[in-house]
Amino acid sequence: MSTPILEVRDLIKVYPAATAVAGISFSVPAGICFGLLGPNGAGKTTTIEIMEGILPPTSGEVRYRGEASGGRFREEAGILFQKTALQDFLTVRQCISLFRGLYDHGLAVDELLRLCALEKLAGRDNRKLSGGQQQRLLLAIALVNDPDVLFLDEPTTGLDPQARRNFWELVQSIKAQRKTIILTTHYMEEAELLCDEIVILDHGRIVAQGAPRRLLHEHFAQVLLELPRHDFPAAARALPLNILESSDRIEITTDDLEATLRTLLAAQVSLTHLRIRPANLEDLFLELTGTELRS
Amino acid sequence: MMHRLLAVLHARNLEFLRDRSTLIFTLLLPVLLVIGMGFVFGGPERPLFKVGVLAPRIDRAVHPFLRERYVEFIALPEEQAALQKVRHQQVDLLVDLRDPPRYWVNTDSPKGYIVEKLLLAAMPAASRQPVTGTALRYVDWLFPGILGMNMMFSCLFGVGYVVLRYRKSGFLKRLYATPLNAFEFLSAQVLSRLGLILFVTIVLYGGIGAIIGFHNAGSTLLLLLLAVVGALSMIALGLTIAARFASEELVGGLLNLLTWPMMLLSGIWFSLEGSPRWVQWVAHVFPLTHVLDAARAVMLDGAGLAQIAPQLLFLATTALAFLAFGAWSFRWRID
Repeated sequence: MSTPILEVRDLIKVYPAATAVAGISFSVPAGICFGLLGPNGAGKTTTIEIMEGILPPTSGEVRYRGEASGGRFREEAGILFQKTALQDFLTVRQCISLFRGLYDHGLAVDELLRLCALEKLAGRDNRKLSGGQQQRLLLAIALVNDPDVLFLDEPTTGLDPQARRNFWELVQSIKAQRKTIILTTHYMEEAELLCDEIVILDHGRIVAQGAPRRLLHEHFAQVLLELPRHDFPAAARALPLNILESSDRIEITTDDLEATLRTLLAAQVSLTHLRIRPANLEDLFLELTGTELRS
Repeated sequence: MMHRLLAVLHARNLEFLRDRSTLIFTLLLPVLLVIGMGFVFGGPERPLFKVGVLAPRIDRAVHPFLRERYVEFIALPEEQAALQKVRHQQVDLLVDLRDPPRYWVNTDSPKGYIVEKLLLAAMPAASRQPVTGTALRYVDWLFPGILGMNMMFSCLFGVGYVVLRYRKSGFLKRLYATPLNAFEFLSAQVLSRLGLILFVTIVLYGGIGAIIGFHNAGSTLLLLLLAVVGALSMIALGLTIAARFASEELVGGLLNLLTWPMMLLSGIWFSLEGSPRWVQWVAHVFPLTHVLDAARAVMLDGAGLAQIAPQLLFLATTALAFLAFGAWSFRWRID
């Protein structure tokens, strides 16, 4: 088997007030999109920033192409932080030119503008961009050195659905160039669409790791039935079903759909608002941690 | 290395030049200050004669002349410095009461002419040593001080707050993720600010110099060298303050802690001659004192490279020391 492009070994990060990362290990094969998933405070950003070389770990190490990551990593990595301000008064083109000037090799500024659909915005002050445009500019900056590995830390948080979809299309076109992408997100749809492999983090530990489909297959042979909470009488909770309650709905997991529907009808549960769907990563997270992912 | 430094330098220059309000303020403040100061201090001279006495202190018992009314006697122990004051008409006459008595009078000075009559009435045997030189106006003396003060504020606050803003906004963290190193980043900031300060100082030097009718007695190139070394020292001092901290209040407080004593003790507004020894000792800790001492020596007395070499050496050494400390203690991100 070839050397993974990135390897995280026994990583621990302890802050005075809390342990952010409590001993995690995984490796990332080259050319895939690798997702770090988890709720806020799970340790995603700390982990990705240690991988990026921005934060020092308390213990453990990150290896890039089989070696301790150093100067070569800086030249070959592209990074999009969760929050980045650029210099005031600089246009989109000038921001890209500044970062392009910091690397020995990379893409032409015009090429980057085209790749990230910024041609029409090239002369605009970077502070006058919408959220989606700003993220596209930061993506262009992350791509200035034509990186082999691209880090995206919650790149679509705060974007409207249209801007988010546009951004996903850009990431998919980068993925098509066989670049390695490390993505943190708490949007399950994003992870399912983009990631080939994921790690789910909770309280600084890995609770699941693998390809999204395989993980779902392993944990959910069944289907999910969703009912509004107010349609589910208290007496029905005693039924012999696998029930999970959340704030506004009841979820029932089953591998015998017909039998479950019969049981519910016999208990006089209204099925008017019933939804039946396959399990998704959100369900997986709920199953693994007992917490809602976006909490 | 050079292309990274140049990329950061270019971006910083663009950012500054487009920030019109800061640019206008940077240019306008010193002009207003000079006009204001010239107005306040450029009025009529005080109706008092000033006579320098070549002696460590004034002892009125030595000669009846020292008991003349309406004459202020000033002890001037060093002959060369005292003669310079006669040339600049900072004293109306200089007298050496030791045997044989001598006096120096500026033949261009009307007050010197009158006070000479007073002296000859009291001391007819004193031998005359004529000196020439135009009067040094307060505004001429103040001019280097204003240029230096403007330079100090621009150096300390300009660089300090810019780096702090970059750190708080996360821009420094983003730069840290690139191959750029602290020395390259700081050098670009220093060079950008240095270029700006030199430009502003040259414009002010030419502009205000023309308005007040100032003539430099020394070499303009030497002044330029002094401006470069002095600005480097003060920019680097600003960087040591901004190298680590992320709080505007703290950095603002520290910068004020530096600028206010410099404002008062570096000799911007008045000469420190005659102030207590400890004040002079404290004043010489500040780079601005050395800048102003050397600038006045060149501009007013025509001093050459050799005479201001000690000041240049002090400024160059502190510039290197501050820059090295700044790069060593520099922090890219807020933990």
